[in-house]
Amino acid sequence: MTTLNRTPLYDFHVSQGAKMVPFAGYDMPVQYPLGVMKEHLHTRAQAGLFDVSHMGQVMLTSDQGVEAIALALEALVPVSVTGIAQGRQRYGIFTNAQGGILDDLMIANTGEALFLVVNAACKGADIAHLKANLPAHITVTEITDRALLALQGPSAEAALARIVPAVTDMRFMDSHRIDVNGAEWWISRSGYTGEDGFEISLPAGVAADFAATLCEMEEVAPIGLGARDSLRLEAGLCLYGHDIDITTSPAEGNIAWAIQKVRRTGGARAGGFAGEARILAELDDAPTRLRVGLLPQGRAPMREGTPLFATEESAEQIGVITSGGFAPSLEHPIAMGYLPTGLAATGTRVFAQLRGKRLAVIVADMPFRPSTYKR
Amino acid sequence: MADDIKFTEEHEWLRVEGDLVVVGITEHAATALGDIVFIELPEEGTTVSKDDEVVVIESVKAASDILAPLDGEIVEVNEPLAEDPGKVNEDPLGDAWFFKMKIEDMSALDDLLSEAEYKALIG
Repeated sequence: MTTLNRTPLYDFHVSQGAKMVPFAGYDMPVQYPLGVMKEHLHTRAQAGLFDVSHMGQVMLTSDQGVEAIALALEALVPVSVTGIAQGRQRYGIFTNAQGGILDDLMIANTGEALFLVVNAACKGADIAHLKANLPAHITVTEITDRALLALQGPSAEAALARIVPAVTDMRFMDSHRIDVNGAEWWISRSGYTGEDGFEISLPAGVAADFAATLCEMEEVAPIGLGARDSLRLEAGLCLYGHDIDITTSPAEGNIAWAIQKVRRTGGARAGGFAGEARILAELDDAPTRLRVGLLPQGRAPMREGTPLFATEESAEQIGVITSGGFAPSLEHPIAMGYLPTGLAATGTRVFAQLRGKRLAVIVADMPFRPSTYKR
Repeated sequence: MADDIKFTEEHEWLRVEGDLVVVGITEHAATALGDIVFIELPEEGTTVSKDDEVVVIESVKAASDILAPLDGEIVEVNEPLAEDPGKVNEDPLGDAWFFKMKIEDMSALDDLLSEAEYKALIG
């Protein structure tokens, strides 16, 4: 039996009555006494506090400066890393030589260094990948003495500003280093719920007190992994290892928006990244399949792995659901999955096979619920 | 009431109502499943064997099956429940029954758990 890691908030979760489950090697709260549905709705109505300390926090430093780090990282990440201004962050992906996706991540420019946040399940592999493939002048450091919390929802700004007033000046995808009681907190205005909100990297030793102070506020409730998943699904956001993985390219995964023009065919820094042949060709033309939003037509939730068919009778499977469940804010099941490009247009009707029955599913625009980022 | 209600190890309750048995899930099961969002009931008139999957029940977290507790025939299902699955969380032992069945051998009920035995099982 392997021992599960604990985040700096483990005791806090237990004190809040969390149901703890193993997740990516960590003992994590899947829900609190409020339950997944109410936690989800609370985040949409007020503010939810999430412990995401299991995710990897990685600092890239070099005596050659942040520009040199950004340029080097562009060999592993097909987005414009040098285009990230100081105090800003951007979504990115690590790709492999076949054009598949190794992980997705956030990249922030601190002015001196690049600060990365990567998925918990991938962090060991990501750090090894960075160390093996970045030039020797870049030092890759995993930050292990910090917690990472997310505060999400329409009341997130008001709640956080009581402790860190400067956050009111931030806009979506800003990433600032802010002095709080003599310690440096790294705060970004971003998240994984479709809501306005913040992700806060702070010294591990003060994280539990910070979480407790927030949760004493009327607007704030602790939120587990269950609601985190339903919130991100409504927001149309990918979950790595499910909706995108090493077999899916950026164009197939419908995250081509993350690849700026400057890295595409004809751009000033076109290509020069792992898997460029396939990735650029699919951006120029179209991939053979696409990740799409799906609205099941009945009440039955359709979960990951549910096969998709073109018609009620056709024998050949044409696609698969990669994430799905009940959307508490829509009071309806939603899903995402892959379909052939020719059947991926919004409004197209296909069929899912569920417990031996073919049930209609309509291709839908994502996000399923409009995002409320403060741009 | 304690006398004519029986329980299974799969967290179902069975209540004798004339020559029929009403079947639902316990409060313990409803709480463990979490917020229930979907219920698929069997067709009335279906003949079932013990442990057949007869009801699909989905919470925000996951899908589960409810098994037929005994051999028999499904004679009535609680149609309104499929329209309001959250009732299972609100009133699992009352309004949120799933189906009524005709049991071939009513003495098979004697092998099921009493309320005290079920309470001991869930601790």
